Amino acid sequence: MTTDTARPPASRRIALPRVVQNYGVYAAVLALLAYNAVFTPHFLDGANLRTQLVQAAPIVIVALGMALVIGSEGIDLSVGSVMALAAAIIPLYLGFGVWPAVIMALVAGMAAGLFNGTLVAVVGLQPIVATLALLVAGRGLALVFAGGQLKQLHNPDLLALGDGDLAGVPVIVLAAAALTLVTAVLVGRTTYGRRLVAVGGNRSAAALAGLPVRRILITAYVLCGLFAAVAGVFATARLTASDPSAIGNLAELSAITAVVVGGTPLTGGRIRVLGTVAGALVMQLVRATLIKHDLPDSAAQMTQAAIILLAVYIARERRTR
Amino acid sequence: MIADPIAAPKTVRPGRASRAERLASVSQRHGALTMLVLAVIAASVTFDSFATAENLAGIAIQSSFLAVIALGMTFVIIGGGIDLSVGAVFALAGVLAAFGSRWGPVTALLLPLAAGALIGLVHGVLIARTGLAPFIVTLAGLLAARGLMLALTTEGADTPLVPRGSGFLELGRGVVLGLGVPVWIAIVLSGLGTVLLHRTRYGQFLFAVGGNEDAASLMGVPVARVKITTYALSGLLAALAGTLNAARLGSGVTILGVGMELDVIAAVVIGGTLLVGGAGAVGGTVCGVLILGVIQNVVNQIGTLTSSVQSVVSGAFLVVAVVAQTYLSRAGRAR
Amino acid sequence: MSDLAPLLDAGGVTKRFPGVLALDGVDLSLTPGRVHALVGENGAGKSTLIKILSGAYRADAGEIVHDGHPVAFARPLDARAAGISTIYQEVNLIPLMSVARNLFLGREPRRLGLLDLRRMNREAERVLAGYGVHVDVTRPLGTIGLGARQMVALARAVAEDAKLLIMDEPTSSLEPREVETLFSVVASLTAKGMAVLYVSHRLEELYRLCETVTVLRDGRVVHTGPLAGLDRLALVAHMLGRELDQVREEGTTRFGEHRDHTGPPLMRAEGLTKRHVLRGVGLTVRAGEVTGLGGLLGAGRSETAKAIVGALPLDSGTVTVDGRRVRRLSPAAAIRAGMALLPEDRKAEGIVPDLSVRENILLAAMPRVSRFGFVSRKRQDRIVATFMKRLRIKAAGPEQKVGELSGGNQQKVLLARWLCLNPRLLLLDEPTRGIDVGAKAEVQALIDELAADGLAVVLISSDLEELVEGADRIVVLRAGAVVTELEGDDVDEPAVMAALAEAEPWKEDRDDD
Repeated sequence: MTTDTARPPASRRIALPRVVQNYGVYAAVLALLAYNAVFTPHFLDGANLRTQLVQAAPIVIVALGMALVIGSEGIDLSVGSVMALAAAIIPLYLGFGVWPAVIMALVAGMAAGLFNGTLVAVVGLQPIVATLALLVAGRGLALVFAGGQLKQLHNPDLLALGDGDLAGVPVIVLAAAALTLVTAVLVGRTTYGRRLVAVGGNRSAAALAGLPVRRILITAYVLCGLFAAVAGVFATARLTASDPSAIGNLAELSAITAVVVGGTPLTGGRIRVLGTVAGALVMQLVRATLIKHDLPDSAAQMTQAAIILLAVYIARERRTR
Repeated sequence: MIADPIAAPKTVRPGRASRAERLASVSQRHGALTMLVLAVIAASVTFDSFATAENLAGIAIQSSFLAVIALGMTFVIIGGGIDLSVGAVFALAGVLAAFGSRWGPVTALLLPLAAGALIGLVHGVLIARTGLAPFIVTLAGLLAARGLMLALTTEGADTPLVPRGSGFLELGRGVVLGLGVPVWIAIVLSGLGTVLLHRTRYGQFLFAVGGNEDAASLMGVPVARVKITTYALSGLLAALAGTLNAARLGSGVTILGVGMELDVIAAVVIGGTLLVGGAGAVGGTVCGVLILGVIQNVVNQIGTLTSSVQSVVSGAFLVVAVVAQTYLSRAGRAR
Repeated sequence: MSDLAPLLDAGGVTKRFPGVLALDGVDLSLTPGRVHALVGENGAGKSTLIKILSGAYRADAGEIVHDGHPVAFARPLDARAAGISTIYQEVNLIPLMSVARNLFLGREPRRLGLLDLRRMNREAERVLAGYGVHVDVTRPLGTIGLGARQMVALARAVAEDAKLLIMDEPTSSLEPREVETLFSVVASLTAKGMAVLYVSHRLEELYRLCETVTVLRDGRVVHTGPLAGLDRLALVAHMLGRELDQVREEGTTRFGEHRDHTGPPLMRAEGLTKRHVLRGVGLTVRAGEVTGLGGLLGAGRSETAKAIVGALPLDSGTVTVDGRRVRRLSPAAAIRAGMALLPEDRKAEGIVPDLSVRENILLAAMPRVSRFGFVSRKRQDRIVATFMKRLRIKAAGPEQKVGELSGGNQQKVLLARWLCLNPRLLLLDEPTRGIDVGAKAEVQALIDELAADGLAVVLISSDLEELVEGADRIVVLRAGAVVTELEGDDVDEPAVMAALAEAEPWKEDRDDD
């Protein structure tokens, strides 16, 4: 018996061709590159491209993790604070060497993800509220670990992570590329990834098909925390200091923006890994363009706002509810 | 066989009001107050300097700005939405107020209020007419407001000052009967807010929209108008708080308000307002704000700890409050 | 009884949705002071018609004349303004708000511009007492019984000066006592001249309350006329589209002969109980046998199927497969035990629209086709190709998004999902609903084949012919309990219809806390 509530008639929508929805973000990247090639001197120089990639890399990493969570119809507001946590933990273990320190930082990220995932999947909180707690408390926790201070770091191995090269490519860019590959394979080719997308696409169907929905959700948040920690490690290395009050600031906004602009719907069911990377590049290029043309930070913020709205509005047409 | 294209929602099974349900509603209504009372008692017992009139007045004034913003946020959340832009509007308003104070206290007040209301209006219209998620729309608003503020202050470098001796400063620094003017404003607005929420038709409409938007629409509630009004109100109140703050500081500081929306949301949630909408109270929010204020004060009292501990404790409170809310409301719906 | 002019006259109402013709030239006439019944099975179009009358939908064709003027309601508010009030089954009010506030939303009594709460509460108490409801009006609406909630909705409608009241399945969850109250309220309303459109599948009520009836089937009116003198069996026959005295030469289903089955039961469900939903339902199925679950709407067939596979939490009950009890019943456990359920609502619980045909088919079987956590394309492709061929799934290829397929092909994809698990028991809830005739025949033939191969099948279908032809035995449910089992020669349409049309049992046990 379908005696459901009547829905008010849907507002009129302009249909956009699929092509725009699917490939718009790549076109945007190319367009920005082209524009800058013409109007910005020295933009296509090796040094500048390197800078752009290095600056975009941490956001790419965080956004990849965020994409997983958003694909499950959730969200993680705490990634910036997790980055700060990672930054705070590194100096505590640096005495044992760079790798123990990095590992502990990653463990902290995963623990944060476990906390978030449990609140969402077991307790049943809405993801916004669940991750809000860590957002509020996480940075504070990080500052407590750090004794409230910025710590200059001198470990050469750590610093190498920040500005070292491997085969001519900055380590951080390689890491971002590697993680992109890993995420793409995870989402596209592994049982877990396909199940994650299924859970985001139709949770009831997934449950009925016997999928371990809780486990799948928790894992997504753990991975998101892990990726955020990785980004935090790199940010610390680049900064050559552990500064929990500044690292990861507003990272969640940038990550969510990248994911959304890249075409992954907030309603879940579809994860566009390359799109996310492209989304991060778009935001980076927009910022760079504005800076190179001496347009102020204020314009950058407002442009970002407009881009987000536009991207979400375009993406919205896809779903016929 | 023809299938109705619109899937039917699940039928709600009725239950009798069990003890759990009653306990749930009572806790929701008075939980925040209880927490506040306990916190105050614990703090007074532990710290001699806590329960002094001076200290309490200090907590009051610190909390008053947050309280004003949280009032608006309460309305938004009851209506089923969220407003992430309040921190940015707060800062923008401060700058506009300081800027406008050159032309007298009236401009200093009206300029930021108009801006805040306008921003809120835009949010409301976008959310109500295009169906975009409030999260995203107000996120964009946050960026836009901050951008605007930076543009007005040469990328944050300027700090517009309020002319010395301006009447405007009284708004932030005046003291009446031992309490600061902002505190009185917060008290009065909270009272008005309570009346608006529980004693006007608009308030009923708001609860209806947040509780069951489709049903509300069928019952004849002007859903779009309600939403637009609510977001405009939120923007207005955030701007008012920013204005009062500027009056108090004597300048429009640009680095303020970052992350403030989260404290506001935390206060509202701790206060017992459900994030899903449809239920909440101004009194609870006030308690939530005061709890955060007490936490901050206690942390200061200890002295050796930093504001970071404060945020850890706040976050912990938030988790406990929300988890408790969830389990209680589930018990309340016991089958 | 004077014959008044009709308050509302709907003529030739037609409504189309993408791919479906929901209403086809429906005529309906409602007179003040009369209660008019609207009946039909699920999918017949009742819900769509109600929505058009109450302004939630707009008709594509046809005319509605209200109070002498042709109208076309743009939104529910307009219909309400015209005096048409609709009370939906799950009572569209605001559960978190108090009873009084719900009653008066938008019409609250005011004093000096502010709500007069005391007067509102007092008035609410008084009004509701007039409907036999005595509750604390300051309590949230969601905490009072559904019967009382219905009365609040009713009181609201009346207070808004409704002239036409549409009631959609108002008694489906009410206690007998509450039903009596509802009836007396309706009687007093009609005495005052209100027209009522009463939608229900409870025949007993219709005969008590209504004067005239309109029967919808597949979007068309198949019968309109007075209820007095219309035999109950004949009414059911109209609803289900069967002529009792019509001789039939061959069935239009592809089911073969019925089989007789002996042998140990494959699955035995006992004592399935869930408050307000199932009352001690028991079901036994054997390998190679098709067991039909019959019953009208709300009887609990889908709930039984869900309970068996662990998708519906039970208060009590056991499920045993091959003599072994399934512990911690859950969908995953059911799958491990060899059971699979094709759900009724393929949109909400079946397909993952953005995933491909291949991935939808393999959703449940993924661990079996993966190696070390990686999906093995080769294995997948083999399975998918097999099933696409066997079930004749028409798609642009296994990579096409399932959301783009027709209803029939989506259903086949879902069937494939369960079949590739090699289940021993397959529960099918309305497997041929909403799919084209060709696909319907294919699915029916497939069910036959599977049973012949040794699969145990539980078949739920609102299509009586399909049920009777497809099932070897039929268990009939009503109001969450088993009322009769038909086997062998007893499995024919008249017997099932007789079981469906009998009076409802009113002795429902109430276990309060």
